[in-house]
Amino acid sequence: MNTRLQVRKTYKLWIGGAFVRSESGRYDEAHGFNFPRASRKDVRDAVQAARKAAGPWAARTAYNRGQILYRAAEALESRGDGIGVTREEREAAVDVLLHYAGWTDKIAPVLGGVNPVAAPFLSFSVPEPTGVVGIVAPDEPALLGLIAELGPALAGGNVCVSVLSENNPLPGLDLAEALGVSDVPAGVVNLLSGRRRELAGALGAHRDLGAIVDAAGDRELSAELDRLAAETIKRVRHGDPATSYEDATTDALERLNAVTELKTAWHPVGA
Amino acid sequence: MSSSVETRTSIVWDYAPAPESVDHVRLEDRYGLFVDGEFRDPSDGGYVSTINPATEDRLADVAYGGPEDVIAAIQSARAAAPKWAALRPLERAKYLFRVARLIQERSRELAVVETMDGGKPLRESRDVDVPLAAAHFFHYAGWADKLRYGVNAREVEPLGVVGQIVPWNFPLLMAAWKLAPALACGNVAVLKPAETTPLTALLLAEICQEAELPPGVVTILPGDGATGAALVRADGIDKVAFTGSTAVGRDIQAALAGTGTPLTLELGGKSANIVFEDAALDQAVEGIVNGIFFNQGHVCCAGSRLLIQESVRDEVVAKLWQRMRRLRLGDPLDKNTDVGAINSAEQLERIEVLVAAGEQEGASRRTVACELPERGYWFAPTLFTDVSPAHRIAVEEIFGPVVSVLTFRTQAEAIEKANNSRYGLAAGIWTDKGSKAFEVASALKAGVIWQNTYNHFDPTAAFGGYKESGFGREGGPAGLRPYLRVVR
Amino acid sequence: MRFTDPSVVAWQGVIRRLPHVDRVGVEERAAQLGKRSIKTTAKQQGIRLAVSMLDLTTLEGADTAGKVRHLCAKGVCPAPTMPEIPSVAAICVYPSLVATAKEALHGTGVKTASVATGFPAGQVSLDAKLRDTEDAVAAGADEIDMVISREAFLAGDDTRVQQEILAVKERTGDAHLKVILETAELGSYDHVRHASLLAMEAGADFIKTSTGKAASGATPGVCLVMLEAIRDYAERTGRIVGFKAAGGVSTSKAALHRLVLVKETLGDEWLTSERVRIGASSVLNDLLLQYAKTETGRYGRAEDFSKE
Repeated sequence: MNTRLQVRKTYKLWIGGAFVRSESGRYDEAHGFNFPRASRKDVRDAVQAARKAAGPWAARTAYNRGQILYRAAEALESRGDGIGVTREEREAAVDVLLHYAGWTDKIAPVLGGVNPVAAPFLSFSVPEPTGVVGIVAPDEPALLGLIAELGPALAGGNVCVSVLSENNPLPGLDLAEALGVSDVPAGVVNLLSGRRRELAGALGAHRDLGAIVDAAGDRELSAELDRLAAETIKRVRHGDPATSYEDATTDALERLNAVTELKTAWHPVGA
Repeated sequence: MSSSVETRTSIVWDYAPAPESVDHVRLEDRYGLFVDGEFRDPSDGGYVSTINPATEDRLADVAYGGPEDVIAAIQSARAAAPKWAALRPLERAKYLFRVARLIQERSRELAVVETMDGGKPLRESRDVDVPLAAAHFFHYAGWADKLRYGVNAREVEPLGVVGQIVPWNFPLLMAAWKLAPALACGNVAVLKPAETTPLTALLLAEICQEAELPPGVVTILPGDGATGAALVRADGIDKVAFTGSTAVGRDIQAALAGTGTPLTLELGGKSANIVFEDAALDQAVEGIVNGIFFNQGHVCCAGSRLLIQESVRDEVVAKLWQRMRRLRLGDPLDKNTDVGAINSAEQLERIEVLVAAGEQEGASRRTVACELPERGYWFAPTLFTDVSPAHRIAVEEIFGPVVSVLTFRTQAEAIEKANNSRYGLAAGIWTDKGSKAFEVASALKAGVIWQNTYNHFDPTAAFGGYKESGFGREGGPAGLRPYLRVVR
Repeated sequence: MRFTDPSVVAWQGVIRRLPHVDRVGVEERAAQLGKRSIKTTAKQQGIRLAVSMLDLTTLEGADTAGKVRHLCAKGVCPAPTMPEIPSVAAICVYPSLVATAKEALHGTGVKTASVATGFPAGQVSLDAKLRDTEDAVAAGADEIDMVISREAFLAGDDTRVQQEILAVKERTGDAHLKVILETAELGSYDHVRHASLLAMEAGADFIKTSTGKAASGATPGVCLVMLEAIRDYAERTGRIVGFKAAGGVSTSKAALHRLVLVKETLGDEWLTSERVRIGASSVLNDLLLQYAKTETGRYGRAEDFSKE
């Protein structure tokens, strides 16, 4: 009797829309699969790729970004159960992604508006992306905890570099494949597996980062990220891992606020 | 009769000195710390004189809070916090309305003291600083019983005791920007005014007494950098809000690392003021002048990088220079003064160093020839042309009446050059074409974009920066968020 | 008459590229200059200067020779008790009364000015306008205040606006030509600036805001825009064109505000009746009252000075 030999997947990092091995050549193993142990240089490459994608992504209409995130949710839904993630978690992750897909064209009216200034000017405030957002995902739940931070950042028009769950990176790397077959443009999301402290430290120290979202729940790392953020006055949000749809969405405004800038414009009203 | 005709030709006309009277100003000889609703001597801090930078005369002695004073101040604030937070919101509003009214009532005195302590022209303290300070209290007073509408119908609670540090360029106005939203949200505040300009904050303390604000709700703790450093690091501070230099902001952010204390920062800038060839040039020139010479350029959002489209560069520079020569520099108390005194000897030195660097690096300097008073700290309005983007005067915040002119050829180049800065506080756009104005505004990485105007402020309009100009917003509903915790 | 002069065509190109004017910005700046504090000696000198720049005006259907003679006497010696107050610059009347004014002002140095060209609406034929001008000049007018054809301007016919000014200019001889834009009818600051340039290019010696018969006159914003146009024109061509604020300047404060606008836009060398005029019928006595107050410290009353 012939036993079928499994076609084993080689997990890869997702940087700039490409599936790549770590430039360091290092790898670790989880659930019987090898996955790359990214290096500081991979972080650098990821931020560079993200920066390149930032302008065009922010320039898309909110409607278009919403469509793309919705398409990403479709792709995730259709992937079936993956390794390291329960069906419930995957479904919740899809729902959260859907929730934030719907936010893209509602952030401006909810967080911004017209300012009734006491002078002959039209003044209005609009939320805008802060740019490149670094995300430190929690160990558990690996997929939902990641989507809960990616969703608001992407909906807000940002591009992301995320450090995945250290002990359960496969759901995050699988997500890359789902996003890779959706319409998310190259470089908008970059996903790195490896040692969290090493990668998060490199990410937090990168000067071309507008904000860092830290959901890892590692107090020592949090303090280190704060210190690094001070070097270039980065915005920082620390949060607990989201373990349910409600967790990831009830404080949507706080999450969106942490990755957007409010821009106020003044224009004279006259002739 | 023909002699009457001859008298015509001999008429020369200039403005006579028009100093605002200081008669109604009652300054104490010394001011203590305002703690627990009363002025008290410092326990481990001393008294330091605050001077008039236009004359170098002593105005009063002011207590500096030492480390123990900081602790005592926070204790008194903590004691007052629960009651203030539990107060019926409309009652909180009433206190703030009272403060707003009292600022209006005492506006002349506040304007004169602001000008004497800080050196800014009376025209500005009278027409900008003081009325806007009152407007901020009015605006946020109205929020006190409507907080949930400001945060999208969420249930909120105050953070507790907030530590606030304000700069010397708009001493009263910045105190109002900090205190009004904090108090409206139900927090109590410990505010440290700037070392060189404590007086109007202390007058505001008197106003708090007059308004019968409960003791401990507002604490005014004058002092220097050491007092501020102690305040932000002290136990019992639930939130820190700082306006000042990026260097100090960075220190504070690092000091709070790992504490989880919420922080908002409003820091420096090197804001671009972009003049396109199709602009209403005469108004653009006014906007340039207002952008950089308002308050001697001691403005975090000053339009210090002037980007002019090459095709109109010569014309704009000629008009600007002509306009600059008409600026009236001198006694800040004179109602016709446009440019007052530099705030301190230290700041004057910083300006001089950077201007010297500009000359050394090869930029062409033009400084208005005007007689500078013998005493006090002065710097005449200065224009640099032939500036390269790499020059220090095109990169570093000068915080003085010095504008650096750069040129651009296309809209894309203007945007690129404007965004080529570590800062992102404000920007100006001058064009008569609406669609261009809005596209450039959307492409600029800056928190405030003034189209065909500059340096306008309003309590309803959010203010704050991108990048190293800080985070968090002041003004409007966005200004409530930093002072609230969302419960659900 | 056709406009074919190449230099004219060249500057019309300039007009098409005219910078626009931002209303909010102009009014902010004009209001800011209204806050200059003019006290003590500055107030005294400013008032004397304002009087010396006055075109003391009467333009009523009820004007008679008697009324004009009284006005001339007042203009020559506004305040007999205060000899340091100078004579006004000119007396401004309708063409039919020019001869009377000229005679009354003989030897005083005060000029005789006349409105002409179908003042104030200008809705008469070009021939009628020219005849009106010729009459005033023949009667001895030193200065002619003409109105532009707002009808042509608003219809976009800049050429006709200029042709009329040129034609009038040809008939004024040695008399100075002041061109009234009637800014209240132009509808925008852009138009005020545009019309200012048309008038200057067509040879105006002065440009003047208003007839005094429209809803508004020499508002601070209008004055500022015209002064800026004059400044830029002088810069470009070297020719000095004067400015006359007329209409609505009825208080000392308003008159001094206009002088501040001149001083800070064009400079001190413009503070002379050769270059700046204020057209008014009622401001003189307020100037005198305010001047007397600076001397005596007492607030005055209307009866302190003669009506005319």
